[in-house]
Amino acid sequence: MNTLLSRKTKGDILFDVLNYSSLTIGMLLILYPLYFVLIASFSDPNLIYSGAVWLFPKGFTLDGYERIFADRQIWIGYGNSLLYAIVGTAISVTVTLMAAYPLARKDLAGRNAVMWFFVFTMFFSGGLIPTYLLVKDLNMINTIWALVVPGAGSVFNIIIVRTFFQSTIPDEMREAAFIDGCSNTRFFLMMVLPLSKPIIAVMVLYHAVGFWNGFFDAMIYLNEESKYPLQLVLRNILVQNQVNSSMMIDVESYAAKLRVTELIKYGVIIIASLPLLILYPFLQRYFVKGVMIGSIKG
Amino acid sequence: MGASERYAQEENRGARAAGSNRTWVKIRQNYELYLFLLPAVAIYLVFKYYPMYGVQIAFKDFRASKGIWGSEWVGFEHFIRFFEAYNFWPIMENTILLSVYSLVFSFPIPIIVALMLNQMMAKRYKKFVQTVIYAPHFISTVVLVGMLGVFLSPNSGIVNHIITFFGGEPVLFMADEGWFRPLYILSGIWQETGFATIIYLAALAGVNPELHEAAVMDGASKWKRIRHVDIPGILPTIIILLVLAMGNVMSVGFEKAYLMQSDLNYAVSNIIPTYVYELGIQKAQYSFSAAIGLFNAVINVVLLVTVNKVAKKLTETSLW
Repeated sequence: MNTLLSRKTKGDILFDVLNYSSLTIGMLLILYPLYFVLIASFSDPNLIYSGAVWLFPKGFTLDGYERIFADRQIWIGYGNSLLYAIVGTAISVTVTLMAAYPLARKDLAGRNAVMWFFVFTMFFSGGLIPTYLLVKDLNMINTIWALVVPGAGSVFNIIIVRTFFQSTIPDEMREAAFIDGCSNTRFFLMMVLPLSKPIIAVMVLYHAVGFWNGFFDAMIYLNEESKYPLQLVLRNILVQNQVNSSMMIDVESYAAKLRVTELIKYGVIIIASLPLLILYPFLQRYFVKGVMIGSIKG
Repeated sequence: MGASERYAQEENRGARAAGSNRTWVKIRQNYELYLFLLPAVAIYLVFKYYPMYGVQIAFKDFRASKGIWGSEWVGFEHFIRFFEAYNFWPIMENTILLSVYSLVFSFPIPIIVALMLNQMMAKRYKKFVQTVIYAPHFISTVVLVGMLGVFLSPNSGIVNHIITFFGGEPVLFMADEGWFRPLYILSGIWQETGFATIIYLAALAGVNPELHEAAVMDGASKWKRIRHVDIPGILPTIIILLVLAMGNVMSVGFEKAYLMQSDLNYAVSNIIPTYVYELGIQKAQYSFSAAIGLFNAVINVVLLVTVNKVAKKLTETSLW
């Protein structure tokens, strides 16, 4: 049948030519900004400034990276982000898995009521201000807990994991295990979790990327620079143009400072995205899987 | 029907006959499952439901010293103050326009790209294209806005280099309020188009190949097959996603608008979420900003419920 599908009219050939070329152009348009950031981060800022850099790095230099590596704030941010991502992901994934399993069980009394209890929050929420005041009252301001606890176990993720459990853990398996005297906890730990590695991977990646890339919670709940995650440090550099003066000690003129700032910006974009860029080939497969499972229901 | 379902049904029947005793037996048997639910339920009670109780400050004159319950009721004062404020309509307009424009321009593109990708027969190249176009999804909003800044910089940005190369005048993109919405939407298209194709590609993979074969037998061109086989095949998916997107029109994301906001574009970039942040978190006008947030949340509920009803009618599938 494949030969049949590959039969082409003249119009089809024209279609293919147009299709391949426009997709290729589209892809290049998406790729180019990323590529440009990469080459610019290795180029002489004066040449970036004059527009000479566009296809290959020109006036190769590691100056930007040297300045970035010498800046403590960025590394503190890096460490904080790593900590928040690890702790946040661990809490959130645990809560999600534990909540999703009972909801996947058809024999759970009150299952619908519990489901509604979770789902209702998708439609209505108290909003930013009451939540903020609560976190403040709980003395969680300026602690890691303000970032990792309130959002743990989102409804959307609970539904995705529940769907996965329902479609991969056969009821017969549980019944057989129970006849052998297996408890719910044991069954969950010894049978369900080992069979759920794909969805656990999806959840870990969803959360890790979310924590790594997020800045909003940190912005409203943290007020000490030593606790800032990388994205907040980046915001100061990229969006608010506040480059740490220690990175600029040896730069004399104002104009030169501007140019070095640009160079540093390109560099930090690369440094901040590096963990994700390295993980990306693995990430992609799992994220795609997550979207697919999510699209079945919910 | 699985054995357990039958079992559960019988048990249900039994339970009804024997009163609620059976339910208790079942709950006791599965007590561990309730313990599993406990952490999530506790987090939701504290961080989702308690703020719903706390939202009453929208109707009060909240004083931290008096607490939520002890503060004085003022009725709809804050709401009325917002509705009558000079910036009420501009904020509403900014929020709705930003969202509606995003929807109108960003929604169709992934569908078209997915249809095109689906026609690619060269498997490896297709995979490569997909890998590239999904990538921007993983970039943080801070980095995205930072990239806009460096690319669009009037002196050193590559976009203005291209413009001047072709003889144009440099454009002050980030400083021009007229560019705020186009940049917001274009950068969104750049970042999310690829990833949004996944769901349509999944739907396209579910289109019956026999339909395509029959169409080829009848001499249908690729273009005709897209129009008469592929598009009808993924229409339910399109409708569901469109309806969902419409239900979310009033919940614009805070992050990008906030990061792109400056004094120069404030007139168009001031939307409900950024305004709530500005008043509530930065200026500590808790009651007033909570009222604005609540107003927004209520519109969201109404929109979602309405839109879900429409979806039910159109497609016989709904979100709940």
